[in-house]
This record gives sequence, C-alpha cells and structure tokens, in this order.
Amino acid sequence: MTKALPSVSRPAVPGFATFEEPHHSLLIDGDGEPDFGAIQTSEDFLALKRRVTRFILPATVLFLTWYVTFVLLSAYAADFMSTRLFGTVNVGLTMGFLQFVTTIIITMAYARYSKKRLDPQVEKVRALAEIDEELA
Amino acid sequence: MTGTNTAINLSVFGIFVLLTLYIVYRASTRNVSASDYYAAGSSFTGTQNGIALSGDFLSAASFLGVSGAIAVNGYDGFMYSIGWVVAWLIGLMLISERLRNTGRYTMGDVMAFRMRQRPVRAAAANATLVISLFYMIAQMAGAGGLMALLLDVHSKVGQAIIIAVVGIVMVLYVLVGGMKGTTWVQIIKAVLLLLTVSLLTIFLIGKFGFDFSSMLDRAAQKSPLGEAVLSPGVKYGATDLSKIDFLSLALALVLGTASLPHVLMRFYTVPNAREARKSVVWATWMMAIFYSCTLVIGFGAMALVGTDKITGAPGGENSAAPLLAFQVGGTVLLGIVCAVAFATILAVVAGLTLTASASFAHDVYANVIKHGEADPRDEVRVARLTAVCVGVLAIVGGIAANGQNVAFLVALAFALAASANLPTLLYSMFWKRFNTRGTLWSIYGGLTSCVLLIVFSPAISGSKSSVFPDVDFAFFPLSNPGIVSIPLSFLAGFLGTVLGGEPADPAKQSEMEVRGLTGIGSGLR
Repeated sequence: MTKALPSVSRPAVPGFATFEEPHHSLLIDGDGEPDFGAIQTSEDFLALKRRVTRFILPATVLFLTWYVTFVLLSAYAADFMSTRLFGTVNVGLTMGFLQFVTTIIITMAYARYSKKRLDPQVEKVRALAEIDEELA
Repeated sequence: MTGTNTAINLSVFGIFVLLTLYIVYRASTRNVSASDYYAAGSSFTGTQNGIALSGDFLSAASFLGVSGAIAVNGYDGFMYSIGWVVAWLIGLMLISERLRNTGRYTMGDVMAFRMRQRPVRAAAANATLVISLFYMIAQMAGAGGLMALLLDVHSKVGQAIIIAVVGIVMVLYVLVGGMKGTTWVQIIKAVLLLLTVSLLTIFLIGKFGFDFSSMLDRAAQKSPLGEAVLSPGVKYGATDLSKIDFLSLALALVLGTASLPHVLMRFYTVPNAREARKSVVWATWMMAIFYSCTLVIGFGAMALVGTDKITGAPGGENSAAPLLAFQVGGTVLLGIVCAVAFATILAVVAGLTLTASASFAHDVYANVIKHGEADPRDEVRVARLTAVCVGVLAIVGGIAANGQNVAFLVALAFALAASANLPTLLYSMFWKRFNTRGTLWSIYGGLTSCVLLIVFSPAISGSKSSVFPDVDFAFFPLSNPGIVSIPLSFLAGFLGTVLGGEPADPAKQSEMEVRGLTGIGSGLR
C-alpha cells in the first residue's frame, strides 16, 4: 500500500486547524475525522464517480431494456416467440436463455472493470483520508 | 411410497438435520457479540459468502416452485427463472458495494444513514418484518406440500403438524448458530442443491440423447396443452388483463431480488466492498447454472411424469421435482431430492428468521426504544426472542397458505420488497435532496399499497386457487401488484421530498456518498 504523502504528519494538537500544514491532500478535519465534504468535491473522487457512472449507467439501461423487450415480446408477440429455430426450440426459449448469457457477460465485465478502473481509483481517494483510517 | 420407503426418506432427512445442527453448534461456540450474531463478525470470504448468498436465495420457490411452474405451464413458468437471474445485476452494480460500505447489520442502517433515525429505522424494520414473513409463509407452505408427498400425508392436520416441526427446527438453527451457523447451513445446502440439480439435469438430458429439442418434443406430446406449452401465453396469455399480470410479475421479480432484506443482510457478512462484489459474482454464476437446470428439470418432469399426475399429487405443482426423482431413481433418489429440498427450506427460513429478528432487535429495540444505547447482550437476547415469535407467526401463516404454488407466493414477497425497499434505497443513494419525509412516504407508500392490493387480489379471495376460495372481496384484478405499487412508491418518495419536510442534511449526504463508494469512515479495509 503506497500512501500519497507518507512524510506528512498529523497536526500536533488535534482539534486545531493548522494553516502551516500543507492541507491540500490530506482531507481530514481538525479532529482527525475525514472531511467528507472536501473529499466529495476533490478531483480524485469526482473522477471515481465518473468512472462508476460510465459503466453502471449504460449497463443498467442495456440490461433492463433487453429484459423488458423480452417480457413485452412474450406478452404481446407470442406468435413471433413461438417461431421454431432448431427442432422444437423456439425464439422465446432461446431469447430467455440468452438473458442468462448476457447477465453473466455483464457481471464478468463489471468485475473486470471494477478491478482495473475502480479499485485503484478508490485507493487513491482513500489515500486522501489515510491517516485517519490508521488511527481509527 | 409407503412403509419402508417412508422410513428411508425420513432417515435421509433426519440425518441431514442432525448433521447440520451439529455443524451449526460447532460453528457457533464463540457466538457472543452482536456483530457475531448478526453478521458472523463479517468474517466470511467473498467466495464463501457468494455460495451462502445463493443458498439464501435459492429457496423452495426456486427448486420446487419454478420446476413445478415449468412442468405445468411450460414457457410461462420459465419467466421466474429469467427474472431471478437478471435481477442480480441490480444487486451487483447498484446495491451490494454501497450497502457494505454504509451499513453494519441491517437495511435500516442504510436507509436511516442520513435521515432522522427513529422513524426511518422503525419503517425499515416494519418493511423487513412484513416481507420476511410473506417469504417465510411461502417456504412453510412448500414444506407442507413436500412432506405430504414424502410421507404420503394427505390430511390437512397431518401437514399442519409437519409445518410446525419444520418451523421449530429452523428456529433452533438460528438460536443456536446465529449468522455464522446459518451461513454454514446455507453453504452446505447450496452445494448440495446445485450438485443434485446438475446431476439430475445431466441424467435427464442424457435420457433424451443429449437433445434438448427432442425432450421438449416429448414434453409437448405429454402435455394436455400440446405444442402451446413451449410458447408464451399458457398461463398469462388469455386476456389483456392477464398479460398485464405477466408484466407485473416480471417487474416484481427483477426489481425485488436485490431489495429482499435477507439478501441485503448477506452483504454484511463479508469484510469489505470488494468481497461483497465477489459474492454477487459467485452467486450470479450459481444462479445461472441452477436456473438453466430448472428448465431441463421442469420440462423433464412434464415429459416423464406428465402434467396431470403432477397437479393431482399431494403438494400439487410443487411436487414436480420430487415426482420426477421418483420416476427416474426410485425411492432413494426421491429421498435425496426431498432431503435437499428440505434442507433448502430449513436454510432459507433460518436466514429469514435471522434477518427479521436482527431488524427488530437492532433497529427497533436498540435504536428506537433504547435510543442507540442498548447493551449489546440485551440486543442479542431480544433478537433471539424475536426469532421465536417470528417462527410462531410463520408456522401459523404457513398452515393457512398450505397448497399454494410456492413460487407464486414468493413472487408476492418480491413485489413487497421491490415496492417498499428498492425506491428508498436507490433514492437515498443517488438523490441528494431525498429527505426523511420522502423516505417514510416511499417505504410506507410502497408497503401499504402493496399489502392492500394483495389482500384485495384474486390471490387471496374469489377464485378457486385463492387462499379463501369461498368468499370474494377481490376488486383488484391482478394477482401480482408490482406494476402498480412499485411506481407508486417511487412517486410517493418523490412527492414526499419535494412537497416539504425538513431538507436533506448535505453533510450527511456527502458522508454517505463518499463512504458508499470508497468505504472511508466505515473502518472497513
């Protein structure tokens, strides 16, 4: 675990805001608690939020649309869904099974994305409040 | 299925119960603190927890109910499987990690995080109790049907006694084992269940020369509905209204899963958000495999046992899988399948009991009554007491609902969860302005509208498959209320917030958002 600024120590007297200390990357308040407001507006956190949204939003829209399409077709296009594809297996059953497949694909894609793109960024943000975490 | 065969079945079942009770007992010797009782000290790995998560989720509804629904209604029964697999994406991407980072033991922890504590915790506990009870009643009804088949008990009194025994055993698990013991039961049961259905599936499909198409062909020949059973519409296609019922069911299934209190609570038994995510990945794989198998088992039962024999058996639709086991493997396989199904019911009900008791003890007793200053030992004592009360209620409800399709009953619990919990969770995580009033409106709005619509639906009265077939006060035409109550709850939460009440606390909102995404301040690593 690498810390952002391992050499920076906490203010000697907790409870006093110290202006001498470089406060730019350790987002903890005078009591050693994380300063959530400051973290929330920090560049690193905003970047994390953007990365989360960039995956979750399209993926959620995609799988819900695909699911609802399947349900609506089952309810209102029964003839189309009964079209035989191979043997007695019809379009509906195949589409249903494909729902399983897409679920697995999205799950694995998210797991991979989180590991590569989200977890490292979470570590970065956590480093902003690292000292607090160690004392806690 | 009488005489010596009953003895075989009973002994297989008895051995399982004793074995798991022993494991629960062994796992729980150091079971003292509240964290141990509620969340197993957050000591499980993502993999273990993922298996336990599928154990918690794969209930009698999934095994007996879904395979039965497919065996009788074909395609329309398959809908359950699909909804329940796809639903995990919501749990994975929107709920699990944020929940682990923000809460400690219950759903109320998260809902009340940035709101006024007491009213919101009370509301969350109410929702948890109602949903868990509905879910449990369904499981108990499944237990009744299963035992009816296994021991050939046809009398309602005999089945009622069986339901009571199941209820008592499951309360024992919870009292003795707490979360750690219950989790081990889930893990053992999930592995057993998955092994059983996989082997049964391979065997069945092998019987048809590994040709799924010819199996379907045979199933359609044996079904009184013929080819139609492979297409949508057998159960839900008759009228415009029944089609809307189908949409309503589909919506409840996909939105309810990740807001079931006992599923949510499973995200607390791991040490951090990464492990919570890993749990869901594991669970999703197991679900996809399991529900693919139920497709084969359902149509297999249709092809080999026949729809008429299934609906005529004690236990009705729920008996498809056991009957199929008897058909292909005789009494021994029947005994095994029944024991696994039983294990399933016991484990799920134990998980539900634990969730309900944790919610009452942690949210209501510790935070509402004692203002957050309860002695943790008392809190655990209250939780244990609640477990007993909840068990009694579930037994009574289970006896009343005996004979209904379990998957159908469970779908009602999903509608309740999707109505009361999902809008609230999503709003509190993603909408800055959401306030205490909005929270209460969306929880109670969703919960009460859903309960009322169920009470006045054909599920309860007015048709021959109702709980009370002889009276008719069903003025709401849909048997699953999700399509009305879920949007209503979203609307109530929105209106409650924008129409006033004290504004949201921005500092708390910052804390919740930062903590939810990163875990800062949660003490988790």
